[in-house]
Amino acid sequence: MLDAARIRTDFPLLRQQENKHRIVYLDNAATTQKPQAVLDALANYYRTTNANVHRGAYDLAIRATEAYEAARSRVARFVNAWAPEGVVFTRGTTEAINLVAGSYGRANVRAGDTVVVTAMDHHSNLVPWQILCQEKGATIRMVEITEDGRLDLSDFGRALERRPKLVAFPYVSNALGTINPAAQLARLAHAAGAVVLVDGAQSTPHLRVDVQALDCDFYALSGHKMLGPMGSGALVAKPALLDAMPPYHGGGEMISRVWDDHSTYNQLPHKFEAGTPNVEGAVGLAAAIDYLEGIGLDRIAEHEVALAGAAIEQLSRIEGVTVYGPRDHRAGVVSFTYGDIHPHDIATILDQDGVCIRAGHHCTQPLMRRLNVAATARASFYVYNDRDDVTALTTALAKAGALFGYVPA
Amino acid sequence: MDTSRPEPQLSALYQELILDHYRRPRNKGTLEGATHSVALNNPLCGDEIDLQLRLEGDVIKDVRFIGRGCSISQAAASMMTQVVKQRRLADALALADRMSAMMHGDEAAARDRTLGDLRALAGVAKFPVRVKCAMLPWNALKDAVKS
Repeated sequence: MLDAARIRTDFPLLRQQENKHRIVYLDNAATTQKPQAVLDALANYYRTTNANVHRGAYDLAIRATEAYEAARSRVARFVNAWAPEGVVFTRGTTEAINLVAGSYGRANVRAGDTVVVTAMDHHSNLVPWQILCQEKGATIRMVEITEDGRLDLSDFGRALERRPKLVAFPYVSNALGTINPAAQLARLAHAAGAVVLVDGAQSTPHLRVDVQALDCDFYALSGHKMLGPMGSGALVAKPALLDAMPPYHGGGEMISRVWDDHSTYNQLPHKFEAGTPNVEGAVGLAAAIDYLEGIGLDRIAEHEVALAGAAIEQLSRIEGVTVYGPRDHRAGVVSFTYGDIHPHDIATILDQDGVCIRAGHHCTQPLMRRLNVAATARASFYVYNDRDDVTALTTALAKAGALFGYVPA
Repeated sequence: MDTSRPEPQLSALYQELILDHYRRPRNKGTLEGATHSVALNNPLCGDEIDLQLRLEGDVIKDVRFIGRGCSISQAAASMMTQVVKQRRLADALALADRMSAMMHGDEAAARDRTLGDLRALAGVAKFPVRVKCAMLPWNALKDAVKS
């Protein structure tokens, strides 16, 4: 286990109280808190380095550009990208997926084609494909899940028989915590002739990612879920694919020469980065990566698995509690319900003890339908959580049980 | 400090009467011969209500609802159907304003007997994010009769 109490001292927000209790922040699948090192990187960028990138001829602008491009290389090394120019900075996973749908998808998906997604995809890896398929007259094929919340591999195989143009899936489910066999899925999809997009929003923060080993084609990630700033993120892609794709947004920076009625476009990755980018976000994301690698991704994964295991073990002992998702090969996301207590009521009750969890459909309405629930309560762990937080969760949950008559008050 | 018992604020929020309406909702189901109906949801937490009314003249002769969601939204719907049934529409809409006043901490409104069981929801005022749950059925009522 990590020394979470020591790590917490690096996070100013976690020193404050919620409802007169020590804050127990268990909504890390939604967003994470930021260490002082990231806050300093953001402030220092504006104090010492701020200028517009890729255009100034003066030293300050050159330093800003260097900081931005160094952040790109940092992200590239972190996920073992094919090349730094295969890292396109975006506002996050959602924009990265929309970029692929709007550029690669629009250029390559035609009427009658199939795009494969899964029943555990976040809306951000579903709705962009729905929009694309509706525009093109193509079809969405959703791969089913098994009883224990894994991807149904035989149904995945059946979906591939349609020779889909593109296959999209999450590496880690944000609602169930399932870790999908991403490399195996990518291999199967490639064998069926599809291009593969992996939603890495929940995997990048929590386990060591090597996109070349996964051998996907596109990989999307969000900075704010891995201690970085909101509005930071990236699309990591094979440069040859990006090179062949039409631009996504038009504007400054993405062009080479502009005529009255047409333009030529900049080289990678700038072709996909129209307008002044979020340099502060990129710099902050690089600082977050430094912080995470200082701890070690393998140790982080091990820590979260231990906490999720403890949470599942303790929750399962409470009569009336149902825990969703697989019991092993999973990440630190634990979804549950408690009798007929609505998750929203659970979240209100837990909040009174300073325990912050998510209640709702987790942007996975098709998944909720399959689980036969309108919503779940979700606790998700990160580097600054420890076993005391698991205990705080179950202690507060006992109060919910008492209020709703499940256990004596 | 005793950490095993719920705080007084929570006990005030989750009163037995509220849980009773949540678990045994009154006037739940489909209304034959409804003259007005509306479906509303609260996209943030997924509370849903489908409210149906039968108006004769300016009187709400009957009312039913179908819904799912948190205890506050569903209990509020059940309680609302009790107090607006057989009431003139204008009076029912005035009650919506009383309810809204109670949700914003108006203590006189919280003592208003015409609100019936709804007074048990006064504690919601201490939980601002839950006010929209308690107001969901009332917003549905206003929407349903707007046309």
